[in-house]
Amino acid sequence: MSAVLEVTNIKKSFGGITAVDGVSFDVREGEILGLIGPNGCGKSTLFNCILGQLTPSDGEVRLDGKVVTGLRPSELNKLGVSRTFQLLQVFPKLSVRENLILAGQEHQGNMASRLVGRSDAGLTDAANQMIGFFKLDHLAAEPAGGLSYGQQKLLDAAMAFMGGPRLVLLDEPAGGVNPSMLADLKDRLVAINREKNATFVVIEHNMEFVMSLCSRVMVMAEGKVLAMGRPDEVRKNPAVIEAYLGH
Amino acid sequence: MSGFARPLKIALGLIVVAGLIVIPMNFNRYGLFILSQWAVMTIAAMGLNLTLGYAGQVSLAQGAFVGIGAYASAIMTTHGWPLPAAIAAAIVLAFAVGWVLGYPALRVQHHYLAFVTLAFSTLAFLVFRNESWLTGGIYGISNIPRPHILGIATNKPLPFYYICLGSLAIVSLAVWWLIRSPWGRAFMALRENPLRAQSLGIDTRRYTLMAFAIGSALGGVAGALYAPLTQYIDPVPFNLSLSLDLLMMVIVGGAGFYFGPFLGAMIAVLLPEWLRFTEGYYLMLYAIAVMGLLIWSPTGILGILDRYMAARRTKAASALRAVAKSRLETAQ
Repeated sequence: MSAVLEVTNIKKSFGGITAVDGVSFDVREGEILGLIGPNGCGKSTLFNCILGQLTPSDGEVRLDGKVVTGLRPSELNKLGVSRTFQLLQVFPKLSVRENLILAGQEHQGNMASRLVGRSDAGLTDAANQMIGFFKLDHLAAEPAGGLSYGQQKLLDAAMAFMGGPRLVLLDEPAGGVNPSMLADLKDRLVAINREKNATFVVIEHNMEFVMSLCSRVMVMAEGKVLAMGRPDEVRKNPAVIEAYLGH
Repeated sequence: MSGFARPLKIALGLIVVAGLIVIPMNFNRYGLFILSQWAVMTIAAMGLNLTLGYAGQVSLAQGAFVGIGAYASAIMTTHGWPLPAAIAAAIVLAFAVGWVLGYPALRVQHHYLAFVTLAFSTLAFLVFRNESWLTGGIYGISNIPRPHILGIATNKPLPFYYICLGSLAIVSLAVWWLIRSPWGRAFMALRENPLRAQSLGIDTRRYTLMAFAIGSALGGVAGALYAPLTQYIDPVPFNLSLSLDLLMMVIVGGAGFYFGPFLGAMIAVLLPEWLRFTEGYYLMLYAIAVMGLLIWSPTGILGILDRYMAARRTKAASALRAVAKSRLETAQ
């Protein structure tokens, strides 16, 4: 299996604090890689460095073998890299459907065609499909700000898929989502992973969710990679139990 | 606004447009001047509403762009150029300067951006006043001609009012198209959540610059019409207080609402005339009315309507839910 994403020796310091301290790993095509570790171990900072939201102090990010370090988030998104955020990031005043059209519109045509062309950039059908897929049908015309927290989380995830990404980085998708909705979310992620051959990296604290969803799990502690392997291997690793899972 | 049925909305729109065409036929010179001024200020306020209301970029420089358009138009038409050419030049000039003024917005936001644009506003005023070889300095530019359109002279107030109204109609259609296009959606994304917008492939730099440039260009259009309307310009009308007036029109009407600038400009231009009978008290009454409105509804006049419509929809939706629930209970 070839690597979609290769991360080499990424470092990021803020003043005297080294948040990410020389992290290297590969993400293989079509896999779901879990990323776990205690709060403040550098998971989200690592995401932000990969996605161009932060400029790494050192190191390199390659997408399909090409160096993409230093590209802007919007440029990376156009190359098929998408994300969700730890804290809710939907557009509260736009309707659910408008949120999804917005999430896909920059992948259609160019600046000129987006000005003179159709108001929905030809995405209403695609948006409705995504709404159906995430079971948000009855909410399609509601402003996103009026949805419950869990529903907004689903919308947030759905938005990440509108551009047809190859690689999606999800930052705590399960946080604050109730068990039945979480089961739904997991089903949707697995389905998109299989049908669309999309590759995922998932930061999550919900161990059950990570262990049942991911094919490999990477554990970080104090800005470094502590362990990497199959979920059952990682779970038994004494260093991981010591640093994160607890006895 | 979405609470109205579509045919009702269209009918209402046609009545207003017909009214704006027919009723002023009986107006005197001064009434037509005020109404023309309303049309021109609405164009400028629509530009600011795009930059501020839709794209969320604070600007205290819209008055300066009206000035840039007015001087471009005055200088060109007094040198024998036709007004349409002067309007085109005003658009290009204001667009270019607006684009450059957008660069600070890529680094600073909110009050800091307001200060940057405020400084620009002062700078523009100083250029109008001090570069007298170009602008006539404090003496300004007089005898600005009004155009002949299709062989009809517009020296009289009524024909020129129709030019202002026609320009407003064209600008209104263009802005309506823009805000419902994917660009409009991207502008709202800039306002609501630029971080998320970036991660969805929205080139926030380019859209921010565009929001400034297009909003400024509309200020330029307004200025290019203002010069032949008054037929005399000097630097004073384009100082900071015009920018503040335009800002107030947008906020009072309802920032981010399509019809906000129409209402806001109406209040700012017409209310002083209606309150004339109060003599010295007009400005005080006006100030109190604005404060009262913004305390009651920080989202402006259209914000009140919007809240009312939302409340009505919620009520209708809960009534439907109640019916559905009682049916479920009967079924069990």
